[in-house]
Amino acid sequence: MATVVSYTARPRRLTQGLLLLAAVIIGVGAYALVGLGRHDELPENLMTVGIGALVLVIALQVAVMWRTPYADPVILPIVVLLNLLGIAMIESIHGANTIYEIRSSASADRQMLWAVVGVGLCIAVVVLLRDHRRLRRYTWISAVAGGVLLLLPLVPGLGSARNGSQIWISIAGYSFQPAELAKIAFAIFFAGYLVSRRDTLALAGPKVLGIQLPRWSDFGPILVAWGFAMAVLVFQTDLGTSLMFFGLFVVMLYVATDRLSWLIIGAVMFLPPAVFAATQMGHVRTRITCWLDPLSSENYSSCMQISQGLFGLSNGGLTGAGLGEGRPDVVPHAESDFIFASFAEELGMVGAFALLLLYLLLVQRAIRAAVGISDGFGTLLAGGLGFVMALQVFVVVGGVTRVIPLTGLTLPFLAAGGSSLVCNWIIAGILVRLSDAARRPAARQVPGAAPTAARRDSEVPA
Amino acid sequence: MSELTLVALRLGFVLALWLFVIVVVLVLRNDLFGTTVVTRSSRDPRREQRPASGPIGGAAAEAGADPAQLRTDPEVTQAAMVVTAGPLRGTSLTLGSTPILIGRAPECTLVLDDDYASNRHARVFQREGEWMVEDLGSTNGTLVSGRRIEGAVPFRPGAQVRIGRTEIELRRGPR
Repeated sequence: MATVVSYTARPRRLTQGLLLLAAVIIGVGAYALVGLGRHDELPENLMTVGIGALVLVIALQVAVMWRTPYADPVILPIVVLLNLLGIAMIESIHGANTIYEIRSSASADRQMLWAVVGVGLCIAVVVLLRDHRRLRRYTWISAVAGGVLLLLPLVPGLGSARNGSQIWISIAGYSFQPAELAKIAFAIFFAGYLVSRRDTLALAGPKVLGIQLPRWSDFGPILVAWGFAMAVLVFQTDLGTSLMFFGLFVVMLYVATDRLSWLIIGAVMFLPPAVFAATQMGHVRTRITCWLDPLSSENYSSCMQISQGLFGLSNGGLTGAGLGEGRPDVVPHAESDFIFASFAEELGMVGAFALLLLYLLLVQRAIRAAVGISDGFGTLLAGGLGFVMALQVFVVVGGVTRVIPLTGLTLPFLAAGGSSLVCNWIIAGILVRLSDAARRPAARQVPGAAPTAARRDSEVPA
Repeated sequence: MSELTLVALRLGFVLALWLFVIVVVLVLRNDLFGTTVVTRSSRDPRREQRPASGPIGGAAAEAGADPAQLRTDPEVTQAAMVVTAGPLRGTSLTLGSTPILIGRAPECTLVLDDDYASNRHARVFQREGEWMVEDLGSTNGTLVSGRRIEGAVPFRPGAQVRIGRTEIELRRGPR
């Protein structure tokens, strides 16, 4: 004999407001500390940054209160804090570069501009996307859009190669990584496609070595996804992007079908291309060497980035050198690929773990929304978006700390780069909408639609 | 700015970062929602309290007020169907104006993964403000309070409806 007790989620908008305020105070505090540490004075534009951040946060809070009153109260505060910390760190690296003049890096102004664009788009998603199920209509459109976006860098004259990978396009002086936007499109496509095919894909087939395999005729979709990931790997020579898309598909397939065998099949299928990349592609081979042995004398010059990053980590120690007091500028690409090493240097191990915990909480909220949501499409979308964020953090932080070979992905919300920041803000907006759908009490589902439904019901019997 | 102040600010910042993380975790801890399954046992303290406070008027009023305070959302006044036994134990479905189909077929509202249930096993619907449960000609039958039903019978709050290995109850009023 058992009873079922249900608890309804409360809106908790005041909590979200206070957390947003705390995030702004800590984030702008970081910016002020960077100025103090670097130049012994508060930054000139501290007031502008503080007020700007406050205005944006109030806009976010109002939009959420208006459109998604039951949204998760911690998603946006975490995102705001990460973004502001990233801006502070980019400013710190820029300050170090102007003082020591080893390298040059852009100031944080550009990142702030992109953050404003990102927050604007996040608000637009929250306000305009009234129901996440509408996205399901665009299943095949997003498949086409994602494919086109992913292949854009291969168009001659539009794409440009950097660090051995052809994943950028440049238009009128602005460069953009279309793979970031393709990530959202593919998440929508996979969710829409898998939710209608999940029943057949879950059917059991032959049993090999104690693993229940799916039917052979159901291998089509995963083969297509694999072929696409291979095309990205071969033509754009980027293992990270390829891994991100294939991983997204395999995990969403697992969530849709609840069959562990898909994860094993996916891992086995990705082994040959990884081996191919490691043996045939120059820049991937160098990265593997640097992963295994970066500090030996013959690898020292080619593995400069990773070994300098490791020195940065050790310089940070337990509590860090202090914001604006470290030397993150000696690491190449300290503001984008190696921003985690910069944080670990200036905030120390304690601060770096706080950052990882923030990511963990963010991913956990996405997956909690996936569990709570009542339709399969929403579950898959929230699970996929949460997973892809976790995968990015793992690949980047793992690469910097020598857990896995370095691959070119960006750390969400922290790393310098407009395309990554803007797209991650869009993802944050979608997650807010999904968490609202997951937490809203059933009686208040779909506001405004209730009278229409009632009228339809009264018409049917008559 | 003195060295000591900078060190204090540096450590204070890391501390503030952790404080934020801890506050977020506390918010999440206070924000648990969803359904939990509680196994009723004969030694349940709440059960023993209820009859004891019944005869005394003041205590009864207190006992009546107490659950109302526990409810987080008093404005919701709708019936809910909860699954109390079987593979879907803990599932709760809010009943609207549309009928609910129960069975193994994927188009059902409540899809049972149960070998003893038929594809379209039973239907729960509203007739003149009352909830009814109807057997749709299932192989193994639908049991209401232990009796096998023919056609539609009233589905009263608290009555147990058994379909295969699944048991369903109706809850009325605020959740």
